[in-house]
Amino acid sequence: MKIAVIKYNSGNVQSVLYALERLGAHPILTDDPNEIKSADRVIFPGQGEASTAMGYLKARGLDQVIRDIKQPFLGVCLGLQLLCEHSEENDTECLGIFPVKVKKFIPENSQEFKVPHVGWNELENLKANPLLKDLPENPFVYYVHSYYAELSEATIATTHYIHDFTAILNRDNYWAIQAHPEKSSEVGEKLLSNFLSI
Amino acid sequence: MLTKRIIPCLDIKDGRTVKGVNFVQLRDAGDPVELAKAYSDEGADELVFLDITATVDKRKTLADLVTKVAKAINIPFTVGGGISTVEDVKVLLNAGADKISINSAAVKNPGVIDEMAREFGSQCIVVAIDTRDVDGTDYVHTHGGRKPTLLQTQAWAKEVADRGAGEILLTSMDHDGTKAGFANEITSEISSALSIPVIASGGAGNMAHFKDVFTFGKADAALAASIFHFKEVPIPELKSYLDEEGIVIRK
Repeated sequence: MKIAVIKYNSGNVQSVLYALERLGAHPILTDDPNEIKSADRVIFPGQGEASTAMGYLKARGLDQVIRDIKQPFLGVCLGLQLLCEHSEENDTECLGIFPVKVKKFIPENSQEFKVPHVGWNELENLKANPLLKDLPENPFVYYVHSYYAELSEATIATTHYIHDFTAILNRDNYWAIQAHPEKSSEVGEKLLSNFLSI
Repeated sequence: MLTKRIIPCLDIKDGRTVKGVNFVQLRDAGDPVELAKAYSDEGADELVFLDITATVDKRKTLADLVTKVAKAINIPFTVGGGISTVEDVKVLLNAGADKISINSAAVKNPGVIDEMAREFGSQCIVVAIDTRDVDGTDYVHTHGGRKPTLLQTQAWAKEVADRGAGEILLTSMDHDGTKAGFANEITSEISSALSIPVIASGGAGNMAHFKDVFTFGKADAALAASIFHFKEVPIPELKSYLDEEGIVIRK
């Protein structure tokens, strides 16, 4: 199976590659549109800043490549946010795969709720979905983010921090996870292996 | 609910894990890759990897050791020691680190925090602060705690948060190595004043000290080294204890 991990000018894609290798996969890191188009699975990892990452994608025509993709596609963290419609982070127009807005966490009480949301938190309200197959009940995943996707029809799992937000999205061949499965111990490994089995 | 985090710290010197008392008298505690894997498997929430000689020796943290550790574990991994430029950060993130921690370089050139946060996002920039009580006032120290500065700790913590740090790793030099408990007072003061997470470090000696730093110290995470390395406090037991004590923890 050919797995393409989209290379872009921000974030730590390396840990995603290592996580896939631990599952026995042989991912390639690429920003070549042809390599991405011909892959069986495409993973769009994330960390970094929205407008910079969007600028990088547009400069290489990858925004259109991502919109046209038909094979199973997984966005992670910033990757989830960029698949949405718009992000409040530097007022960035995103890819619009999911008709969802990305907002900044605003804590009412900064002592109780800090931003960024850093650490292990639970996935809740899991829907029946191949990505979520055989997960334990309310499993813990690792988060590091200051922006979140609003709840939507495409939400297949939520997490509670300050309020409920979208933990995982799915529409057609696109899946997206706000947490970092590559850093979420056995639960993360299960999510990634489920994605490879879709 | 968001959990409190338990973070073993691997202090690295010449490719081995070491931990001293009050940052001197280093003794060997094992192979960092083996230790990292063991911690990851037994339920550590995160790992910190500090090249404690890096600043002193003007050496850069070894990227290949970072890669070996990152390949072996499936939990978040912060790397610190001798990091001073955006380029240093890039090298370490590409090697497999999830976050980097800066200390002396931030004190010397605070603008570098803004620069790194802009380039890589606040979420991967941890600012480590070594603090010591000097005649009743808390001052920032650098170079493994040896060099006092004129920066007052609480004011510096606020400044680094304003400049874009994503987390603060607060080490009390007065408590480090004593096993008498974390510095709950200053940890609480800083954690309450800031909107970013604070990792408490220095002084862990038993399981109750962790409960104290999460409750009285208002810490978001607690870091320790030797009590984990020498198996005085096993992480699974610590987590069961904290769970029973009503602290939200990942099981």
